[in-house]
Amino acid sequence: MRLLRSLWTEWILAMGFLREGRAQSVMIMIGVAVGVAVIVFVTALIQGLQANIIERTLGTQAHIRLLSSDEVNVLLPAPAGTQLLVQEDKRAQRLRSINNWQQISATLDQLPNLTAVSPVVSGPAFVRRGEALESVALVGIDLTRYQQIIPLQRYVVSGQLRVGADDVVIGKLLADDLGVRVGSKLRLDTGQQNSAVVNIAGIFELGVRELDSRFVYLDLRQAQSLLGLPGGVTVIELTVANIFEADVIAAQIERLTSLNAESWIETNAQLMNALTAQSLSTNMIIVFVAISVAFGIASVLSVSVVQRTREIGILRATGATREQILKVFLIQGAVFGLCGSFIGIAVSYALVWVFNTLGPGLFYIPLSKTLVSLSLLLATLTGVLAAAVPSRRASRLDPVVAIRYV
Amino acid sequence: MSDANIEVLRLEALRKTYNPGLPNATEVLHGIDLRIGRSDFAALVGPSGSGKSTLLNLIGLLDKPSSGELYLRGQPTSGMDDAGLTALRGSAIGFVFQFHHLIQAFTAIDNVLMPLMLARGKPCAQDVQRAQDLLAAVGLKKYADAKPNQLSGGQQQRVAIARALVTEPALLLADEPTGNLDTHTASEVFELFRLFNRERGCAILLVTHDPRLAPMCDRNINLVDGYIVSDTKN
Repeated sequence: MRLLRSLWTEWILAMGFLREGRAQSVMIMIGVAVGVAVIVFVTALIQGLQANIIERTLGTQAHIRLLSSDEVNVLLPAPAGTQLLVQEDKRAQRLRSINNWQQISATLDQLPNLTAVSPVVSGPAFVRRGEALESVALVGIDLTRYQQIIPLQRYVVSGQLRVGADDVVIGKLLADDLGVRVGSKLRLDTGQQNSAVVNIAGIFELGVRELDSRFVYLDLRQAQSLLGLPGGVTVIELTVANIFEADVIAAQIERLTSLNAESWIETNAQLMNALTAQSLSTNMIIVFVAISVAFGIASVLSVSVVQRTREIGILRATGATREQILKVFLIQGAVFGLCGSFIGIAVSYALVWVFNTLGPGLFYIPLSKTLVSLSLLLATLTGVLAAAVPSRRASRLDPVVAIRYV
Repeated sequence: MSDANIEVLRLEALRKTYNPGLPNATEVLHGIDLRIGRSDFAALVGPSGSGKSTLLNLIGLLDKPSSGELYLRGQPTSGMDDAGLTALRGSAIGFVFQFHHLIQAFTAIDNVLMPLMLARGKPCAQDVQRAQDLLAAVGLKKYADAKPNQLSGGQQQRVAIARALVTEPALLLADEPTGNLDTHTASEVFELFRLFNRERGCAILLVTHDPRLAPMCDRNINLVDGYIVSDTKN
């Protein structure tokens, strides 16, 4: 408030000048508005698009998967003075439980940057119905914990989401291939002298072909016994609060547990690449639009300074300091930025509304308050910065010369 | 100078050189000594190119002398920086220019208030009252809310005079104030200067070419080629 009061005269002068050069002021504000509208709309569009892509990708997978490290051959060190020549075959990786998984899982539950921890046992199996035979992936889950990783309930297309007591939930494509529906029976065979007849309680459709044609969700205990891993789990799946920190958190957990931690960023490197490139191009657009807006403001104010040379001289003669003249023009720049961005934001709200209600409806564009307030702030700042050069020139005018300027 | 005529301005050996140090350096004022007292109503006359405007700019603190000293209200000004000069100019000096130079975007009353707003920010009721009184004194009470482009040349010049007086300056400087006014309006404006000089004790220094105006002033300072060649009382 004190700042405003101390700028009162400068503010009044700036407003007077803006009002007098109405046509110019309106035109440059429209220019700023177009720039801000483009920036806000494009940013919101890309944010919406990326959020959509990420949600589609991460909606069906964990952010981080913890697996036990591969088994390796341990070689006896050669005695001193001898050289060891080894022809080694890598060991076949059998299905193995994570050592001490209960303890690890309990520890992970305590970590603040993880939002969900779900131990899973998964392994290969055949499912047989009559003559038909399909290879599937058995996924034994603790339903409540697993739901925090993948909200299965959302993807159930028929029946109920229920595992346990011989109930399983299978993918839609698998159900189609086998010609089964809710209530049908299936024989699961893991090739470990273990087989079971289970009841299809529900059918899901995740929208990912690989998963919909292969996944069979069943109770953790039943899967353990079918896969011959009583009491064991093969994977611990995790979700994190900030998905873009998944790789960093994965590295931390790897050091903490000495398990293999795979983050979604690693397993979806291509996607990350695309997202990064997209963000880069958005930022380029923002920077270049902002630069052209800044030059627009600067050129309008430069012209204004020349037009007002004589008035600046009079003001100096009647007691205006250099700083006051400087501020008068800086304020004009700020007002161009602020008012222009208000109009621009209104326009981008309209664009977003049109896109969300009348557009192709492929995804939803959110317009966040942060984006709006940030662009207001940025546009105002750009206005002030753009005004710096003309303002400086105005404040340095020699009053003697300025007064005689015609 | 009598006791009642307190010194407002004193120039001592004031010189001004343009483009100093360059081959085209020209000294325009060659050591001017001058005193102006509070009740003075002086005309600065001389042919064009004699250095009148340069001298006026120096006195008005818009320009700095190359050497010599300028005392305003007894205060030496050679050591002051731009901010100090601006403050002193704002409080001690009023300007009236030939081309009535108002700020076009503002009404007559806002133009009159401008020096106060620049010095102190938002004007108080007293300031506004004073501006209204001054507008009334120059006969423009009705035109307080008119924009400059709605006023005639003479009216605009009267607004400019009101603006110059709003800070109650010790010295009013006027550069060809009647230069582009018709005879009738010119004499009206001149009478205003006379009035303010008498009633408000404001020293007045007019630069003029007008052969009719100079004899009507109390004192004529004649500047030729950068020297004061005569300083006479009428």
